[in-house]
Amino acid sequence: MKRRTLLATAAIGLGLGLAGAAQAQDKTKACFVYVGPIGDGGWTYQHDQGRLAVIEAFGDKVETAYQESVPEGADAERVLTQMALSGCDIIFTTSFGYMDPTNNVAAKFPNVKFEHATGYKREHPNVATYNARFYEGRAVMGTIAGRMTKSNKIGYIGSFPIPEVVQGINSSFIHARKVNPDVTISVVWAYTWFDPAKEADAAKALIEQGVDVILAHTDSTAPLAEAAKSGGKVIGFGQASDMAEYKPSPRVSSIIDNWAPYYVKRVQAVIDGTWESQDAWEGIGGGEVGIGEITDAVPAEVKAEAEAMRDAIGSGAYHPFTGPLNKQDGSAWLAAGEVADDGTLAGMNFFVEGITGDIPQ
Amino acid sequence: MLRLERRPTPSRFWQYGTPVVAVVLTMIAGGLLFALLGKDPFAVIRTIFWDPLFGEFAWYLRGQLLVKAGPLILIAIGLALGFRAGIWNIGAEGQYVMGAVIGASVGLAAYPTESRLIYPAMVLAGAFGGWIWAMIPAILKTRFNTNEILVSLMLVYVAETILAKAATGFLRNPEGAGFPGSRSFSSYKAASNPELIAGSGLHWGGVAALVTAGLVYVLLQRHILGFQIKLAGQAPRAARFHGVNPTRLVVFCMGISGALAGLAGLFEVSGPAGQISIDFNSGYGFTAIIVAFLGRLNPLGIVLAGLLMALTYVGGEMAATNIGLPSAAIQVFQGMLLFFLLGVDVLSNYRIRFLLFVKEAR
Repeated sequence: MKRRTLLATAAIGLGLGLAGAAQAQDKTKACFVYVGPIGDGGWTYQHDQGRLAVIEAFGDKVETAYQESVPEGADAERVLTQMALSGCDIIFTTSFGYMDPTNNVAAKFPNVKFEHATGYKREHPNVATYNARFYEGRAVMGTIAGRMTKSNKIGYIGSFPIPEVVQGINSSFIHARKVNPDVTISVVWAYTWFDPAKEADAAKALIEQGVDVILAHTDSTAPLAEAAKSGGKVIGFGQASDMAEYKPSPRVSSIIDNWAPYYVKRVQAVIDGTWESQDAWEGIGGGEVGIGEITDAVPAEVKAEAEAMRDAIGSGAYHPFTGPLNKQDGSAWLAAGEVADDGTLAGMNFFVEGITGDIPQ
Repeated sequence: MLRLERRPTPSRFWQYGTPVVAVVLTMIAGGLLFALLGKDPFAVIRTIFWDPLFGEFAWYLRGQLLVKAGPLILIAIGLALGFRAGIWNIGAEGQYVMGAVIGASVGLAAYPTESRLIYPAMVLAGAFGGWIWAMIPAILKTRFNTNEILVSLMLVYVAETILAKAATGFLRNPEGAGFPGSRSFSSYKAASNPELIAGSGLHWGGVAALVTAGLVYVLLQRHILGFQIKLAGQAPRAARFHGVNPTRLVVFCMGISGALAGLAGLFEVSGPAGQISIDFNSGYGFTAIIVAFLGRLNPLGIVLAGLLMALTYVGGEMAATNIGLPSAAIQVFQGMLLFFLLGVDVLSNYRIRFLLFVKEAR
């Protein structure tokens, strides 16, 4: 009896599988490759929220598939090929390291659309890139950090020394120093996107150096967990996701990546047959970068100042990289009132004046 | 009550039987796990073990099995030599990374010269990179009696730091707009390791793995050194009386395993991976430890074990995308394989007796 039930279950499973394959013809299939687990509470979690938004927006018209924790390299190429073979119409690859695999696989599947996050290579007409102007959010966090630090030391956990991360460090520092000329920044490179143990070690090292505000450009909540152990002395920010479980302190605000509108828009374009290769780079104004609630741990006037910064950037009235700004070595970069162009930002590989330490190279 | 009774000599039957039993137990326990996660266990097991070999996309995935198994086999064979002699090189991951970095450096230094000599030079450099990285724990062990397990493991993290330095610094693509990562080897013919037969997945690394398996098999069966390795592992005192020089053995075993890991790294970076990137290594050096034991430390067994392990990776990815299994569940599934193997291994050295029965026998 029992065995029969099992066999029947297996048969139903097989039947469903075949039916699914047949139906897949008229559904649009959107697939996602994640660099970490959905449970990271940060970067990958937010991308998966975007996937769920796609399901919500299109219901039965779409089918989604995803794979977590895909290593950046040869494995990614295989995963992408499998996805393309299994009928994905559009594939979102959500980490910088998937750049070459994405382009390599795109060459073999001209009918499948590929969307690569945070990269710059679009070697084929079926590859688009997208990113968010995280540095806009960093300007707001930097303002809060500069006002809130008592030791005048802020710390930054960098993942990899790539332009996107360097932009964030520069933007944080510029705006912290704007409100607090005595502030210094220490940068620790974790060389990982997601490794709670390493991230916690980095946070610990910074706290031991006397840092009392931690910014992170890694994906987990570990830096906040470490700050929470300080008994209220150290604060930090939610990164990529709101990380609301650490409210009201140590998490005093957050940068929230909101990929949902973009994903819905691009899947819609595939359904309509209007999809084209492009390079999308939206920020606070476009809704891709959100600023999470600023908690009561922050004095009202600082909160107001940060919100004013947010609104000025959102409306386009203020650009976080506005001169006069010098490079780290003292050479002039932007003249007074001059605004950085996107090309320089996209390849940013230098610190601004006042930051100590080198970008590893 | 159960009682374990030591066998006078290890059971030959169980020595070869345990991997099979372990795989079956893993399927059962894994199936339970998948069922608890709300997935149809039969569909998952079929996706992992059957689909990559005989499913719809087998024509592509079979080749990918070779791509994935090649480095595992190459590294595991080297490790097995040491493990047999009681020399525990746990740091193959670091040797793999160093082989890739040094081998790639040689290739990139020659850019853009096209010469037939470049690739062989890279292969030598790759083997040298792994070898020299393994020599550090070997020399420290023979000179200062340090623990090779700790030293080789710690050197993995040093190697990863050097890799990061290479990707962001001295090997960075000068035309890459400041982004980390070296030039692509696939667009530099003389230094690339392409598929030898299109669609087969076979590249020089796979060839090297198979050839090495054969050579090491002969070494262990026919060569005095093979005999000494086995003897040192089974009866260290007897080995000493037999004139086995432990220092030489440590240097030899660590050197071979390091060189093979370095080779695997070089073939990978110039082939499937295609470039030096910050996190180029994805754990082959550690997974190879499982493969070595699953293959009974026997070169031919390791070839099969490497293919099986590759199957769980490739099939696991299929299960993740098609059935929505979390990646952690696949990792648990792979971990179970080693767990059950070690657990069931007890049977080759012990037999299980029911206590009641033993009493009667007395």
